[in-house]
Amino acid sequence: MTTDLGMPALGGLDLVPAADGPQKAKDYTSDQEVRWCPGCGDYAVLAAVRSFLPTLSIRRENTVFVSGIGCSSRFPYYLDTYGMHSIHGRAPAIATGLAVSRPDLSVFVVTGDGDALSIGGNHLIHALRRNVNMTILLFNNRIYGLTKGQYSPTSEVGKVTKSTPLGSVDHPFDPVALALGAGATFVGRAMDSDRKGLSAVLEAAARHRGSALVEIYQDCPIFNDGSFDVLRRPDDAESRVITVRHGEPVTFGTDGRWAVVRRGFDLDVAPTAEVAPEDVVVHDATDAGLAYALARLTGQDLGHAVFGVLRQVQRSTYDDLSRAQVQQAVESGDADLGALLHGSDPWTVRDGVVTTAAAR
Amino acid sequence: MATTVNPGTAPQRRDRVVIRFAGDSGDGMQLTGDRFTAEAAAFGNDLATLPNFPAEIRAPHGTLAGVSSFQLHFADHDILTPGDRPDVLVAMNPAALKANVGDLPAGGVLIVDTDEFTPRNLAKVGYATSPLDDASLEPFTVHEVAMTSLTTAALEPLGIGKKDAERSKNMFALGLLAWMYGRPTEGTERWLRDRFARRPEIAEANVLAFRTGHAYGETTEAFAVTFEVAPAVLPDGTYRQVSGNTALAYGLVAAARRAGLPLFLGSYPITPASDILHELSRLKRFGVTTFQAEDEIAGIGAALGAAYGGALGVTTTSGPGLSLKSEAVGLAVMTELPLLVVDVQRGGPSTGLPTKTEQADLLQAVFGRNGEAPVPVVAPSSPADAFDVAVDAARIALTYRTPVLLLSDGAIANGSEPWRVPEEDDLPDLTVEFAAAPNGPDGRFLPYARDPETLARPWAVPGTPGLEHRIGGLEKADETGDISYEPANHERMVRLRQAKVDGIAVPDLEVDDPTGDAPVLVLGWGSTAGPIGAAVRRLRTAGHRVARAHLRHLVPLPGNTEAVLRSYRTVVVPEMNLGQLAFLLQGRFAVPVESETKVAGLPFGAAELAARLTPYVTKEQVTA
Repeated sequence: MTTDLGMPALGGLDLVPAADGPQKAKDYTSDQEVRWCPGCGDYAVLAAVRSFLPTLSIRRENTVFVSGIGCSSRFPYYLDTYGMHSIHGRAPAIATGLAVSRPDLSVFVVTGDGDALSIGGNHLIHALRRNVNMTILLFNNRIYGLTKGQYSPTSEVGKVTKSTPLGSVDHPFDPVALALGAGATFVGRAMDSDRKGLSAVLEAAARHRGSALVEIYQDCPIFNDGSFDVLRRPDDAESRVITVRHGEPVTFGTDGRWAVVRRGFDLDVAPTAEVAPEDVVVHDATDAGLAYALARLTGQDLGHAVFGVLRQVQRSTYDDLSRAQVQQAVESGDADLGALLHGSDPWTVRDGVVTTAAAR
Repeated sequence: MATTVNPGTAPQRRDRVVIRFAGDSGDGMQLTGDRFTAEAAAFGNDLATLPNFPAEIRAPHGTLAGVSSFQLHFADHDILTPGDRPDVLVAMNPAALKANVGDLPAGGVLIVDTDEFTPRNLAKVGYATSPLDDASLEPFTVHEVAMTSLTTAALEPLGIGKKDAERSKNMFALGLLAWMYGRPTEGTERWLRDRFARRPEIAEANVLAFRTGHAYGETTEAFAVTFEVAPAVLPDGTYRQVSGNTALAYGLVAAARRAGLPLFLGSYPITPASDILHELSRLKRFGVTTFQAEDEIAGIGAALGAAYGGALGVTTTSGPGLSLKSEAVGLAVMTELPLLVVDVQRGGPSTGLPTKTEQADLLQAVFGRNGEAPVPVVAPSSPADAFDVAVDAARIALTYRTPVLLLSDGAIANGSEPWRVPEEDDLPDLTVEFAAAPNGPDGRFLPYARDPETLARPWAVPGTPGLEHRIGGLEKADETGDISYEPANHERMVRLRQAKVDGIAVPDLEVDDPTGDAPVLVLGWGSTAGPIGAAVRRLRTAGHRVARAHLRHLVPLPGNTEAVLRSYRTVVVPEMNLGQLAFLLQGRFAVPVESETKVAGLPFGAAELAARLTPYVTKEQVTA
């Protein structure tokens, strides 16, 4: 691959101290008992994260996981890194303060569809538009699990839940489209059970300088069991699962029997055999229009679902620019506290005599 | 000592003067008042100010709703309040006159811009005939000055636009007052040229308007008399004029410097706290990072994130913002991280009175969180005191690893007074030691093991090898910090967090009781300190025995508070709310407390408060 991705000179981990030697998944495993339900997709993601973190070759103590509230937000307890399990929806805000003040840390946010897109929607979009150096793992199970089964902002219309006995009338967000709209510089998607694909997207996200959003489709076996089964069962997945790679034609299915083609400003799927090779869309992660069209290809009925790195571009990060301003000011060397406190027009009183600036 | 004596006049001495500038919200009254204040300060007077302006940036021109005023009290001795009633009222239009003339005592000086007394402007505020033409202003010494046309005529040679020329009329008014009170003029001229450095023609227009006003006073016989207010001999030291928001910002910078930590402010713009954000954003050279967040919650969230990373984290807001931050304050209580939460109180509830002052967030600060969530609460008594209180709030947060609530208010934030500038070396040493090594058996790190004296937990910042740990909002197991739902553990942790805050070292309450046998104690907190001090002075001058005390620490209260309360037959608590401190004290100590309250968006006046306190002292005097 020779395409110039326009990658930043500085990578996402370049200011983070390197590990002394090789690490193992076990090094990242804390002594806490994991308390998710049996069969929860979070286990698969946890295993993938424990095994992908050593590949970053950064110091474990310089890794921080910040989470909000929800099942997935228990994640930090199970990793032997620094971690904060914070309050509902606010993890991106807390991570922003941490990332701005500590360039030597690799900061991860773990959040869910309710945490990130309902109560914390504002913080998510602002973190993405600011492009603060952090990696956001958005676990999307399309349900509220910890509160026992209400529909979420990614639940499909018509979904019957405890709070929508007649079916939900609420139109869902597509997290990828939302992130693109917020100006995210890295947007990816992966499936919980796809260890290889998930690890690849997570590693690219962690190495990206700026805010990286990775949506992870994740199963809730208790309240939304099998919600992504159409993407898991080989027969169904064949015509639905689209994996994109930068610089490569977008074809999928056995032997690439399906191809993604342009249809006006949108995309469509056609049998590859019926499409001229030059009409097959070639993925370009720097093409904003293409990324949005790919996002739209993923319907709430999961007729198709696009995985991989949908978008990755270089843009200056808020935290780098903010630190540069402070650094430059500090280096100017005129941080004289006494002068600041005295101001421009001080006066003195000594033994009953007032001496003013005007007199001097 | 420099005093300017105007040639050809014999200045009359005054020990103190109250001037109120009033005009339309676009007339530059705040700036005019600020400038006169700076001159009074540079001259060495003691002073106190009260800006009073509408929440609208430009309310409809010439209306009562759009009146903006600035009151300045300056004196040759130490004063405690911005003054009750002006000696001199400058009214730039009929609305300003109508809104303020009721405060002018008989014999007061009234200066009006006659150009603005047009039929249209008079009609806007319901004057059927011009008050300048009837007898209504007879009790006052009225100076009718065509300020607008005198200014535009003087500026005509400069060739600037009519609008810019008219806008300089506030400097005419300032020049006239500067002449009347023998103020030096160089400072204002230098300041104008600095302020308008990028637009020299505007700078010169303002300087010329200022000089024109000054010359008008000098040459017009109507202003035959000038006044002199000598510098005040305050305790030895170096002084400057400072507003509460500026002093608070400086206090935060000084605290971070003394702690050896970077300062991180996460904040969302809100009146009247925004000036702290503005001030700190200009102080990056001191290692200050300011983050203008997407909302109030993100402001405190980012500050807490920075605190977790080892910075002195601060968030600043006003009442409505504090409501939004409540949950995050609770998280800071649970995670036991140092954090400063500054609430510059304004009139409430809801959006309330954004530009007016009140003290009605006290109970919210003390109790306004879910669960048992004790937070230390401190409050400055005056603009200059905001510096010391900010430093003390940082001391508490850093020493005890806790969020601290600092309750300023609109009167402190925008008011200004002389401040005896401290030497850096005289400020407390706030050096913090981060945890560096495991503290438990078998080389384990126990994030919730406590210092036996302060009950503070270790501050272990990310990047420290061997101390990897997880914190969060779920209940913590004692010492290990693991998640725990154990009944006995929760009971212990709730009580530990309370004991930590209860055990914070705060100085004893000092009582000012000159005769030592006063039957009445007047107790205050926050910005009522000035009016209480002034009112008590009046009562003492009238021969009453009355004691006073001021609470800087609201949580925890000083250790001798109960003893002090019980040693007076009558305790009166004046507050700008409906009796929140009184309620707190009665609930805590079961002692009777008399409550005197005001919620008008304005501070107590000295005379007003003295009158309210008089029944208590006279009753006690009779029964004593």
